[in-house]
Amino acid sequence: MGSLRMHKRLAGQGAGLAALPHTLSEAFPNCPTDASAVGFALSRLPRTQAPVLWVQDRLSRKEAGRPALAGISGDRPIIMVDLSRAVDVLWAMEDGLRCRALGAVIGEIWGDPPGLDFTATKRLAIRAEAADVSCWLIRRAASPDLSAARDRWRIASLPSAPHPHDPQAPGAPRWSLDLFRSRRVKPGKWVATYDGAADRLHLAAPTRDRAVEPGDGALRERAAG
Amino acid sequence: MERCGNAPPDDVPVVLAREGHHGPVIHAANRAARIDGIHPGSRVVDMRAICPELQVEYADVAGDHAALDRLVLWARRWCPWTARDGDDGLILDTTGADHLWGGEAAMLVEMETQLSLLGLTARLAVASTWGAAWALARFGSVRSICGPGEAHFKLGPLPVSGLRLDPKTQLVLRRLGLKTIGAVMDVPRLSLTRRFVKAELAANPLMRLDQALGKLAEPVSSMDAKPVIRAQARLAEPIFDPTPHLPGLCEDLCDQLKHAGLGCRRLHLTVYKTDGDVSYVDVATSAPNRDPAHLHSLFRDKVERINPGFGFDLITLAAGAIEEMQDKQTRLDGGSDDDLHLTRLIDRLSAKFGPRAVTRPVLRQSHVPERAEAQIAALANRPDEVVVLTKERPLRLLDHPEELRVLYAVPEGPPARFVWRRQTHRVARYTGPERIAPEWWKDRPGTRLRDYFKVEDQTGRRLWLYREGLHEDGRGGDPRWFVHGMFA
Repeated sequence: MGSLRMHKRLAGQGAGLAALPHTLSEAFPNCPTDASAVGFALSRLPRTQAPVLWVQDRLSRKEAGRPALAGISGDRPIIMVDLSRAVDVLWAMEDGLRCRALGAVIGEIWGDPPGLDFTATKRLAIRAEAADVSCWLIRRAASPDLSAARDRWRIASLPSAPHPHDPQAPGAPRWSLDLFRSRRVKPGKWVATYDGAADRLHLAAPTRDRAVEPGDGALRERAAG
Repeated sequence: MERCGNAPPDDVPVVLAREGHHGPVIHAANRAARIDGIHPGSRVVDMRAICPELQVEYADVAGDHAALDRLVLWARRWCPWTARDGDDGLILDTTGADHLWGGEAAMLVEMETQLSLLGLTARLAVASTWGAAWALARFGSVRSICGPGEAHFKLGPLPVSGLRLDPKTQLVLRRLGLKTIGAVMDVPRLSLTRRFVKAELAANPLMRLDQALGKLAEPVSSMDAKPVIRAQARLAEPIFDPTPHLPGLCEDLCDQLKHAGLGCRRLHLTVYKTDGDVSYVDVATSAPNRDPAHLHSLFRDKVERINPGFGFDLITLAAGAIEEMQDKQTRLDGGSDDDLHLTRLIDRLSAKFGPRAVTRPVLRQSHVPERAEAQIAALANRPDEVVVLTKERPLRLLDHPEELRVLYAVPEGPPARFVWRRQTHRVARYTGPERIAPEWWKDRPGTRLRDYFKVEDQTGRRLWLYREGLHEDGRGGDPRWFVHGMFA
């Protein structure tokens, strides 16, 4: 019954997330060379043809590479801004969030620069909500300190799904998602399988089941199950 | 249009060549080469057989056109109405302007002097019609002047090529025995009309003749120079900071632009210092613009770069790269225009961080991963290149592939265990190889091929590795392994 509750909540949350206004989300990859956070952020972007403003600081570019257009599904134009300092990245993101023609703003910041504090994230979040443009801040080698981001995710790669034709080959990517702080929905942990061809994310409960919750076994739920 | 600085000596036959259907053909020849029997339009190899010491240079046709267009504007010193005539001529409407230079003959001498000071050889003629001037300049005597009633006599002895006809018609006329313009004039009009009734202008000797004799009008349409739009502030006392004057200058400039229906893509701010020095700041926009507030904001961090010295007393703001710009209303309720916001965002970002920091990646047709992507300007049009992606590609690419240290190599496939960035990875699953051969038409000889593998390590990280080269491929020692990208 625990997994049933989980599935129901996930289903509700999926619909709810789509209806929620776009805002600032932070993603913390568990290791800097892990591209899962970028993949997850891209999969959550709205399905439009509006251009994406992608701002990177120098260390992110050097340590974790640049986004490769050939690996990104969809035909979205990307406007790359290569900067050196984190304060410039924040400035460019804030400026980009004033432009409603953009589909999304993605920023990559390395470490914990002094400019990236609660005030900076709050400015980003308020601007993103005012312009209704989704904004992702991907923070590598960073500690999840005080931040005004509405959703904060910890994301790591997991061994991929079995390949349908080749048992030796890695299949569809799997990520472990940990929504450890959120203002809008209840935090939780999921295992996501990304279907690149359909650009869809399949969420599942983590393999370890949770403890049975006291509300389980109510009359309505039994009828529904 | 060869400048005198690198002109070859007159006695050496030199030709300019351009690409033809069957190899290079001669575009132009100098006097020595023409004397040796070399004529434009023939193939370079044939002419080399005639004249073995021939020197061949490639012609820059587009550069010649651009230079001629600049020369058109330069020639307005003599008269206000000038135009380019074909690939190698200028036409100047000097009606009412010759007396300023002391008559037509003196004007021609003056023109020839000035053009020779530029390093150009010119053949000049004055006539009452475009066609007559064309023929006299090319086939007439030096600096010939043809009055209003003299065209009939002056043109008569000239060859029939002076009628601006296409080569085919010239051949027809030569075969008919009509070798001079006078011979064509003597043919009855009715016969010529009947023979060339359906011919185009360029193939119709009668119409060309009428144009040369002034019976058929041929107006000269002069091209307009771009207007110079500039605002300036003259100051009573030298100052050190132009910032307080910028909003006024921007508004003045934008008023002028709006009045002319134009927008600018470049702004040049120049300050003239009291010690005679000049310093300037340039900003650029990604789309034509004439909004004073926006143009002013582009100067925000740049004005500090001006070195004021002992102060300056004149500031000018000039608009460059002027383009037509119409006012657009995209929404009936007069709301904001989304596109405009995007162009302004790009302007702000490029003004602050430099135009090279703001780019847009586009796909290119290449198998080599680092060449499969090109950077273009953020709002440039996408090139019409259809790129079909067949293989799975990583989400992130490293700018420079990083070499890894193999701990445990296996005969086939990627290494079973390797160290990258001081971490040991054990390959759990892999797919590949995908062999990407070097592009021999671009790469240096000796570039090794690459075998790409997508590997997944024990923690689930998916990397894109490649082995550079093969064992015993004769292009270096043992193959090395690199990490090139990360899959999601």
